[in-house]
Amino acid sequence: MKRVEKVLELKNISKKFGEFYANKNINLEIGRGQIHALLGENGAGKSTLMSTVFGLHQPDGGEIYVYERQIKIENPNHAIKLGIGMVHQHFKLVEDFTVTENIILGMEPKIGHRINMKSATKEVKDLSEKYGLKVDPNSKVENLAVGVQQKVEILKALYRGANILIFDEPTAVLTPDEIGELLDIMKTLVAEGKSIVLITHKLNEIMSVADKCTVIRRGEYIKTVDIKDTDENELAQLMVGKTISKQLDKNPFNPADKILEINHLHLVSKSGRKILDDVSLTVHGGEVLGIAGVDGNGQSELVESIVNMIETNTGEIKIKGQSTKGKSIRDIFESGVSYVPADRHKHGLVLDKNISENLILIEYYKKQYNDGLNLKKMLIRDEGKQKMQAFDIRAESEATIVRGMSGGNQQKVILAREISRNPELLIIVQPTRGLDIGAINFIHNQIIRLRDQGVAILLVSFELEELLSLSDRINIIFDGKIIGQVDPNNTNDTELGLMMAGKGV
Amino acid sequence: MEVLANVINGSIVFAVALALGALGGMLSERAGVINLGVEGFMISGAFFGAIGAHYAETLNLGGLSPWIGLMTAFIFTGLFSFLYVMATLKFKADHVISGVVINLLSANATFFLVKLLFDGAADTPRISNMFRRINIPLLSDIPFLGIAFFRSYPTTYLALAIIVIGSYILFKTPIGLRVRGTGENPGSVDTAGINVYKIKFWSVMLSGSLSALGGATIVLTSNGNFSFNTIAGQGYIAIAAVILGRWKPYGVMWGALLFGFAQAIKDQIQIFPSFDAIPTEVFYLLPYVITLIALILTGSKSKAPKALGTHYDSSVK
Repeated sequence: MKRVEKVLELKNISKKFGEFYANKNINLEIGRGQIHALLGENGAGKSTLMSTVFGLHQPDGGEIYVYERQIKIENPNHAIKLGIGMVHQHFKLVEDFTVTENIILGMEPKIGHRINMKSATKEVKDLSEKYGLKVDPNSKVENLAVGVQQKVEILKALYRGANILIFDEPTAVLTPDEIGELLDIMKTLVAEGKSIVLITHKLNEIMSVADKCTVIRRGEYIKTVDIKDTDENELAQLMVGKTISKQLDKNPFNPADKILEINHLHLVSKSGRKILDDVSLTVHGGEVLGIAGVDGNGQSELVESIVNMIETNTGEIKIKGQSTKGKSIRDIFESGVSYVPADRHKHGLVLDKNISENLILIEYYKKQYNDGLNLKKMLIRDEGKQKMQAFDIRAESEATIVRGMSGGNQQKVILAREISRNPELLIIVQPTRGLDIGAINFIHNQIIRLRDQGVAILLVSFELEELLSLSDRINIIFDGKIIGQVDPNNTNDTELGLMMAGKGV
Repeated sequence: MEVLANVINGSIVFAVALALGALGGMLSERAGVINLGVEGFMISGAFFGAIGAHYAETLNLGGLSPWIGLMTAFIFTGLFSFLYVMATLKFKADHVISGVVINLLSANATFFLVKLLFDGAADTPRISNMFRRINIPLLSDIPFLGIAFFRSYPTTYLALAIIVIGSYILFKTPIGLRVRGTGENPGSVDTAGINVYKIKFWSVMLSGSLSALGGATIVLTSNGNFSFNTIAGQGYIAIAAVILGRWKPYGVMWGALLFGFAQAIKDQIQIFPSFDAIPTEVFYLLPYVITLIALILTGSKSKAPKALGTHYDSSVK
């Protein structure tokens, strides 16, 4: 067998943030002319690893070899000089510039003092033709579709002489047509001798273009497999791992009336990408409906459209049989909906206000909290004290500013506020992200308690374990589509992993 | 006809100060730093221009004095802009507030320094060697056009040169591309391996110096000395010229000419008896009213650099 030249090799790379290992002893070998996929769930440490390779930060342990020579990559500039190029997920383009101007920025060809725009334009044109990128060098970036902007990013890396190209979740922002085109471009690139690292969690992409695949889970190296020797089942299994599914103690499943009903919801982005694609679901009283899926598949848009934070294109949302069309967010909350948002800092709390003030954020305007002019300060403080006790919020007093509190206690403040409003429908997104085990258990128990009381609960989470232990039913969302439903008592990791990666079973 | 020629000539005289002030403001804003401090830098320029020329005169440098005044303004205001650089870049202070502080500081510090240097006087001593109009041979004898365009101060030709060269640098050279990129999206400039901080640093430093030339021009061509109200809001009009000129050197020039025209017409129109019925205050209002109308008409179309007023932090992606 022909020996493949190693262009990039990582040995035992570790990276710590505080006490937390984002990467632990990771090994990776990239061969010339290969597409090497890096597969893992959100937060598995893929991007951290590639940021290390691109010199954005230094590893805490391990060695990096470029062309079989050990090297310390100081910064992105150094990485570029070594022939490593990165196609960022969020484009780094100057919208007001032309394609050519964006590409040559920092490496401008000159005649005398001025930029040689003619030769630059020609060079960009030649490059784009050579790799089949079809980009007009003279168009302004702000007028280009997202897919074309990504090609400009690729050209930027190629113009700088990149031989190793890192693509960070490149298909996340693309339409299906654009994805097909990008995968073809990747094949052209490797045919021309470039090497590609493809960060992704989409199995079909890996199966269709990659030569090898390295799986990372929770920051740790799991396995590297040859694509020709594997299948999607194995990859899904490797990505998700063995989850310990233990159903928490709860009453037998006894669904009551429909509380939330969503019919044929559609949402299309400005660039024409389908964000929500014909989503229909129902949640009954006394049940937890789990939404499983990798981040960015339409979950946040789905919940934000239920509470009318965003407007959808077509479709119908009914809460207790009433359409939410034209209702304000407050109307919806008053009709018995509680909402625990994914981003507790941005949407859940006012960080520089204290606990008792955050507890009345939704209902401050009601008679019980004000006399028409002033807030009833004493009452608000007393209620704050009670809720701190009831929800085990640990802080000095109800007058503690929430910014300085731990994530778990902040989340409990939100939960206390939302649960105390006696909802009939609770929408709860990523309720335990970043929390310690004690807070997680507390929050899980609260969710089960509400379910047993007959509340309808829509739980969106990226944690399979959480979904499996809390949900009565699980819907899987992928690319804005509900692609299947499973019974948590009667499913397995492989099935869920495959569906989350876009393979409906 | 002669009145019109005089109005045009007067417009150019006023416009030069505004244009230089505005070019400074434009440069800093192209690099993403809002510059409300133009007024302060023009005041500083007028002050250093006046005392530079004055001390040159006391050293018997004669005709060189105004040139020395101009250089003093350029260099010392450059040092003064270092304060603004520190506030906005190093300490990441709000640009608008820092700019206003620069204006207040400049106005009051120069007032104080004048008192300190000249025994409690409110004005600097009058300079006798000011810039003189250059009559360009032959061209200045052309009827109408000669008066309008070819009898100007050397600073006018200097300003024109700065506009032409500035536009070339900004739109044709690598450094111009990088400065513009910094104002639009510093993240992309950074990932292209360019030091964003350095670009902002020098843009703001030079910005102060350019605006200072505008302030010095007023002293060294028309006023002859510096006092508390030499600049009196012209820095703000210069900022309006930046917006009107859409952050482009030639655009800024036309903006400055429009406002210069408003100033010149104020002076010329009062000569006519038929306008006696209108109080002079109305004419004094004219430049500001025109500024306001121009901004209202162009405001929505005007395109500021996208990252204007933001602080760039390379660790935030």
